Amino acid sequence: MIEVRDLRREFTVTTKVGRFRREKRVVRAVDAVGFEVAAGEAVGYVGPNGAGKSTTIKMLTGILVPTSGHVRVCGVEPSRGRRELARRIGVVFGQRSQLWWDLPLRDSFELLRAIYRVPKGDYEARLRECVDLLELGPFLDTPVRQLSLGQRMRGEVTASLLHGPELLVLDEPTIGLDLESKERLREFLADLNTQRGTTLLLTTHDLDDIERLCPRLVVIDRGTVLADGALDELRAEVAPERVLVIDLEQPSAALDGLPGVTSTRVELNGLRHHLTFRRAETTAAALIAAVATRAEVHDLVVVEPEIDDVVRRLYARR
Amino acid sequence: MAESVYVKLVGARLRGQMSYRASFVLQCLAQAVNQLAELAIILVLFNRVSALGGFSVSEVVLMYAIAGTAFGIADMVAGQLDELPTYIRTGTFDVLLLRPLGTLAQMMASDLHLRKLGRIAAGLGALGYALSHNDIAWSVWAVVLVVVAPISGAVIFSSVWVAANSVCFWVVDGQELANTVTYGSSAFTSYPATVFGPWLRRFFAFVIPGAFVAYYPSLALLDRPDPLGGPALLGWISPLVAVAAAVVAGLVWRTAVRHYRGTGS
Repeated sequence: MIEVRDLRREFTVTTKVGRFRREKRVVRAVDAVGFEVAAGEAVGYVGPNGAGKSTTIKMLTGILVPTSGHVRVCGVEPSRGRRELARRIGVVFGQRSQLWWDLPLRDSFELLRAIYRVPKGDYEARLRECVDLLELGPFLDTPVRQLSLGQRMRGEVTASLLHGPELLVLDEPTIGLDLESKERLREFLADLNTQRGTTLLLTTHDLDDIERLCPRLVVIDRGTVLADGALDELRAEVAPERVLVIDLEQPSAALDGLPGVTSTRVELNGLRHHLTFRRAETTAAALIAAVATRAEVHDLVVVEPEIDDVVRRLYARR
Repeated sequence: MAESVYVKLVGARLRGQMSYRASFVLQCLAQAVNQLAELAIILVLFNRVSALGGFSVSEVVLMYAIAGTAFGIADMVAGQLDELPTYIRTGTFDVLLLRPLGTLAQMMASDLHLRKLGRIAAGLGALGYALSHNDIAWSVWAVVLVVVAPISGAVIFSSVWVAANSVCFWVVDGQELANTVTYGSSAFTSYPATVFGPWLRRFFAFVIPGAFVAYYPSLALLDRPDPLGGPALLGWISPLVAVAAAVVAGLVWRTAVRHYRGTGS
């Protein structure tokens, strides 16, 4: 669905030096990026601000022409086949709207139907589905300017799906949304991917989006790909420690000398023990069994490293 | 099929603007007053002088009326291009690039300045007055000229608008420069070309084909020879000039958009 090889994009930045002199500098926003996305995948494209995420997205969607490199999206070269590609992909920008500000949501949809020349039957079926799943009914006739951000985003997502795209690209889709709206949107996108088979590529700062939606992660920083793989694999690779948190019935001294435990921390006057262990060296089950021989266990939980932590370690690894 | 998209876009704009009806009516009136204020300036001028560049008051009003009507139509259709810097700065222009249609047409259709109808109405009123107060030898061709001149003029103005605003793709704050050309050419076309100095005249007459908006068609209508020595034919070729201007403007726009996609901003 997406093929990117050795993709580069340079910008010329002019900075003021002194009162009149200006200096031109070439900045590489994207430097030799390469990855592939197969049909039906859901991929998270993450990185800190200025990492080159948006620039990549703009090249994938045909807005920007690459400086060099190979890009194919749905078999089309985006910069040349911009209009053809536009019919086959949907794009949602969290921070810019594709709706008409002072028209009711329904009119914006009608206009998009005309722009994309969607057959009436297809259009109605897709709209009905979105209206049901995203609960657009109550504000379908409200001018867009009067919608809340959450309502508007649901409208934006619907707008990008009316022409039945094979690929949906989302740039920060959940930015600024409250928890409930975020969750509703994620649920919808997850269903879109698993049930309708629409390929998803999304950039986000909210790593819960990734956790919830994307089995695969491409991490980019300073224009290059740092890591590409399943979230679980990346986690095992850069953050192999897990923590077993155990609450005991009776206070106890630190549980030292357990096999495979790299560090311990004691809380609540000896009632709660944090045992950090490496997956490669022991399992949670073996560890629990070992603890049970030394004290009576009241409750326990295994904590995976936070995805933020995984990504932070990936950045730090450079 | 593509046309139907624009019809729908324009229809949607109509509904959008009509949702503020009172303000719409007021804006129309304001535009009409604006347009007539320019007429007042001409009339005041003629209180002091009896001829302007060799033309009488009713002849100048004829030029003013054709130019004003043409400018009003162009402003309604292409005036939205004044928003281009905002479109570029906020990334709305990128949204246009994500759709399977041309950017220029989307830009024009994205908003239609219907309040300019007030300006057009005032221009047409002045045109009616000027036609009845000039000695015109009416024929089928004269009628054709009266209808075609404002339309060709509108195409010429729109082309100037498109070409001038394309500068914003290179310099986002190029608006002032663009305005000098667009509104400047409007001021030029409202007066006989003879009142301007030769350099300004050549620039606004031929580089920006402003003299073909009202000056030459008016000469043809009045059946007067060009005091500047141009052939009588010039009064009849405005439509051709308009087509040429539109082609040039289209090419400039294409180059500009290519530059934008090549450099980003």
